[in-house]
Amino acid sequence: MNNEQLKARILSFEPSAEITEGLQYLTATIASDKLYALARNLRQSNDTAFDYLFCLTGMDYGDSLGVIYYLESTILNHQLVLKTVCPDKEKPVLDTVCDIWKTAEFLEREVFDLLGINFNNHPDMRRIFLDEEWVGYPLRKDYSDNNTIVR
Amino acid sequence: MAEFIQDIQQDEYLINMGPQHPSTHGVLRLVLSLKGETVMSVQPHCGYIHRGIEKMCERLTYPQIIHLTDRLDYLSAHINNHAVCMAVEGAMGVEIPERVKYIRTIMDELARIASHQLWWCSFGMDLGALTAFFYGLRDREPILDIFEESTGGRLIQSYYTPGGLMKDIHPGFQKRVKDFIKYFRKKIHEYDTLLSGNVIMMERTKGIGKLSKEDAISFGVTGPSGRGSGFACDVRKHHPYAAYDKVEFNEVLRAEGDSFARYSVRMDEMKESMNIIEQLIDNIPEGDFAVKMKPVIKLPEGEYYQRVEAARGEFGVFIHSKGEKYPYRFKLRSPNFSNLSALHTIAHGQKIADLVAIGASLDYVIPDIDR
Repeated sequence: MNNEQLKARILSFEPSAEITEGLQYLTATIASDKLYALARNLRQSNDTAFDYLFCLTGMDYGDSLGVIYYLESTILNHQLVLKTVCPDKEKPVLDTVCDIWKTAEFLEREVFDLLGINFNNHPDMRRIFLDEEWVGYPLRKDYSDNNTIVR
Repeated sequence: MAEFIQDIQQDEYLINMGPQHPSTHGVLRLVLSLKGETVMSVQPHCGYIHRGIEKMCERLTYPQIIHLTDRLDYLSAHINNHAVCMAVEGAMGVEIPERVKYIRTIMDELARIASHQLWWCSFGMDLGALTAFFYGLRDREPILDIFEESTGGRLIQSYYTPGGLMKDIHPGFQKRVKDFIKYFRKKIHEYDTLLSGNVIMMERTKGIGKLSKEDAISFGVTGPSGRGSGFACDVRKHHPYAAYDKVEFNEVLRAEGDSFARYSVRMDEMKESMNIIEQLIDNIPEGDFAVKMKPVIKLPEGEYYQRVEAARGEFGVFIHSKGEKYPYRFKLRSPNFSNLSALHTIAHGQKIADLVAIGASLDYVIPDIDR
């Protein structure tokens, strides 16, 4: 599918999606409560068939936290970037996509560990790199640690 | 951990494999739940060498970051740096000279061969074939010498820089590379006669540790491990960069998905890498080895993503820039981290001794997992 067709298809799944032509990939920004349904549709529908999540990254935008999903279809060979933002920075919560793409289980644990975003329905929401007793989320912009971070 | 202990059944027991265990090739701790000798579940515990490289990069300029990405998957140091350099060059809109592209491609492939050689060493050693270890290290030495001569580094080179290379190649580079390929084409037969056809080795790898193609895609298992399951994921083929669109090579695929398939993909990839180098080595164009970049590189605002094929799979660099000399967010997609996430699925129901062979066939490098 080319970008135009893909755009139309995403809008047919979710009319509220905001779609921009990014520098490299088509980018769809979507509200956090609509994300799971759209992701499942993109995975299951035969004409989109996004079966490979090649990157999942958490973001601290300063006033909000979000997650970016890089998707590819190994069958149709097209790519898409999904973006979402947690509505509440104090209690950031998103729905997990690890039942759609299994690789998300570890990647979401990493985001939880370093940015403190909780994922609903995740089977094993624990820290992955840091100790269970670690206080704070190091990749957040307001994280401070006088011993290890030199300003 | 506490919840996990409650999950296990009465007749299962837990053992720790690692963090100090020879077959994990670094500090990786696997908590195994066993029923007799059968592995019921594998819980990887990462983070023993988590250095916070992504956080550190937020306070480093782009030319400085090169020296940290070396230290992720140190066996494909060149290739990791290639991803960062291309991300920066792409964002700046810099067109790099053909000469640089050729040299980078050759260096990448040399790194891939060296990495697969070391994997072959440790694969043999994990299965008890110590001779393999000496053979592999013997043949890896000439590549390290080539690296040393041109870059000054043996394991970690920091040779690429945004805009080109740190230094031009040594005048004897082409001859030494050609000598090495001539030498290694003979020696790789020894690998096959020593290990590939060995009965014990086949008994321990054929049909062991199966990963289906669907699972490989879903878990994002890339590189030789993914291609052993039939997942066509070679970034060099599907999204060509540098000089890969100018060379002919096959994407090595196996359908079986077991440990032996992953083994044979790597063996064939070494031969493919030699083919790639041979097509390029005599045709390195004349020209500059770097373009002049601004002393302070400031990426325009935006998000950039660059994928490359490292020795263990797809390596990705994500940069979110706010127009400053430091990246606002720097994310590394490391192949080993995704490959590790499939370990439970692969090892479930296998014998504990086979877990060592599975781990060897997945070929993980721990600093790349922990970052």
